[in-house]
Amino acid sequence: MTGFYTLFYKEWLRFWKVSVQTVLAPVLTALLYLLVFGHALRGRVEVFPGVDYIAFLAPGLAMMSVLQNSFANASSSLMQSKMTGNIVFVLLPPLSHREFFLAYLLAAMARGVVVGAGVLLATLWFTEVSVVHPWWVLLFGVCGSAVMGALGIVAGIHSDKIDQLAAFTNFIILPLTFLSGVFYSIQSLPAFWQAASHLNPVFYMIDGFRYGFFGASDTSPWLSLAIVGGSFIALSWLTLGLLKSGYKLRQ
Amino acid sequence: MTYAIEISDVTKRYGSLQALGGVSLCVEPGEFFGLLGPNGAGKTTLISILAGLVRPDSGTARIMGHDVGVDYRAARHALGVVPQELVFDPFFTVREALTIQSGYFGLRDNRAWIDEVIENLDLADKADTNMRALSGGMKRRVLVAQALVHKPPVIVLDEPTAGVDVELRQALWRFIRRLNRDGHTIVLTTHYLEEAEALCGRVAMLKQGRIVTLDTTENLLRLHSGCYVGLRLGGALPAALEPLVAQRQDDGAIRLALPDYAEVERVMAALREAGVAVLEMEIMQPDLEEIFVQIMRKA
Repeated sequence: MTGFYTLFYKEWLRFWKVSVQTVLAPVLTALLYLLVFGHALRGRVEVFPGVDYIAFLAPGLAMMSVLQNSFANASSSLMQSKMTGNIVFVLLPPLSHREFFLAYLLAAMARGVVVGAGVLLATLWFTEVSVVHPWWVLLFGVCGSAVMGALGIVAGIHSDKIDQLAAFTNFIILPLTFLSGVFYSIQSLPAFWQAASHLNPVFYMIDGFRYGFFGASDTSPWLSLAIVGGSFIALSWLTLGLLKSGYKLRQ
Repeated sequence: MTYAIEISDVTKRYGSLQALGGVSLCVEPGEFFGLLGPNGAGKTTLISILAGLVRPDSGTARIMGHDVGVDYRAARHALGVVPQELVFDPFFTVREALTIQSGYFGLRDNRAWIDEVIENLDLADKADTNMRALSGGMKRRVLVAQALVHKPPVIVLDEPTAGVDVELRQALWRFIRRLNRDGHTIVLTTHYLEEAEALCGRVAMLKQGRIVTLDTTENLLRLHSGCYVGLRLGGALPAALEPLVAQRQDDGAIRLALPDYAEVERVMAALREAGVAVLEMEIMQPDLEEIFVQIMRKA
């Protein structure tokens, strides 16, 4: 247990020591989105009846930050350790692949949740945020960050160079999170894009998270939970398999 | 008896390169063992297999009787590795790095030993400095300290003195010798053969992934009992001595390689007969470096 806890603590320190970059910066980015889109679209778009656009946007942005930062934490930490070679410090000790996985995953989730909470707190300056079902909010926050944390571990292990990881982030993570209904309800999309959105697992994370705030969503929160939970189980299975095989870590 | 290190018929191939072609090797507890060989001989691959960083294609490796694959937890507990590359984690100070490394090995409160290691490696006044701000030599010391946090019975040092100044080298060897006296098994790779000669009780020489020599340092020095005679002559070298020439320098100095000491007499006789005056003469013992070069050439 001490080995696992130490690795988690080290990963926590790694982002916390540079929290201006890892926490404050993404909170600021989310606020800029809120300001710009909120200003441009306020009064023109009403997604849920009686809900102000900024109030609608805030939870989606918070969740997007949770997801992007969970991914970024695990992937960039592993990537940097591999590049600089200091990954040996965690490969030499008697840590099992499960301990390794859990430590990186929990640290990634921690950063995601901290950033998400920061975004929500900051948005309180601009709008009232009401929470209808706080447990759903928490559940989707935790599950969503777990999926993206696991995905971050896979990306970090797989990438040999910074540009490979950047491609993963720019061509997979960013489009999936942007096209997940953060800025709009998918009900407003043409039929084809509505159907396409349902193939995006990130859509269910955002939708379920938002359900916790408004008690209204595009899809049933139970379906969303099943899909997010299923994604997490599948990804964990894949990641643990990779770690156990020593893929790219132990030649 | 349980060997400190037991390697049986280990092979490893990277694409078309056979990095290790069936290496078997046992190191007894308490030994100071040298792993020598030119670059690319497979030393680091062998060490990486012991450390679990590389998986062998076939064969087994054990540390204190624990298989590095099957029983990896016990094997890694028993092993401390100082890697060749100067790696460090830029997020932490020296003391933080050591405390974290202890934690990975399951040690919660290791302060007393960490302080002792810091003291012994002359890191005391840098203990709270960020790793980024340390010089290369200091980073090397921290790497040694990190390998020792869990007091492993077997310590492997992969070229620990490459690019290190004299002072650190001496301090390092004092400390490593002390650990060896206290019962730790030490395995060392180095390109400085005088270091290996002075420290190692036994050495293995590797070439292209195979062990070409495995013997005590004493035996190696004794078995290669020949000597070198350095000469500066008043005339030309007699033709009879030509086959013995090992080296000819621009300034006229000649070095002869003799299979044993008795041959010195024959050289002197040949010179006397030819009437060539000896201006300077020096007889030299071969050191481990000479023996290494000879063995590598033959292998």
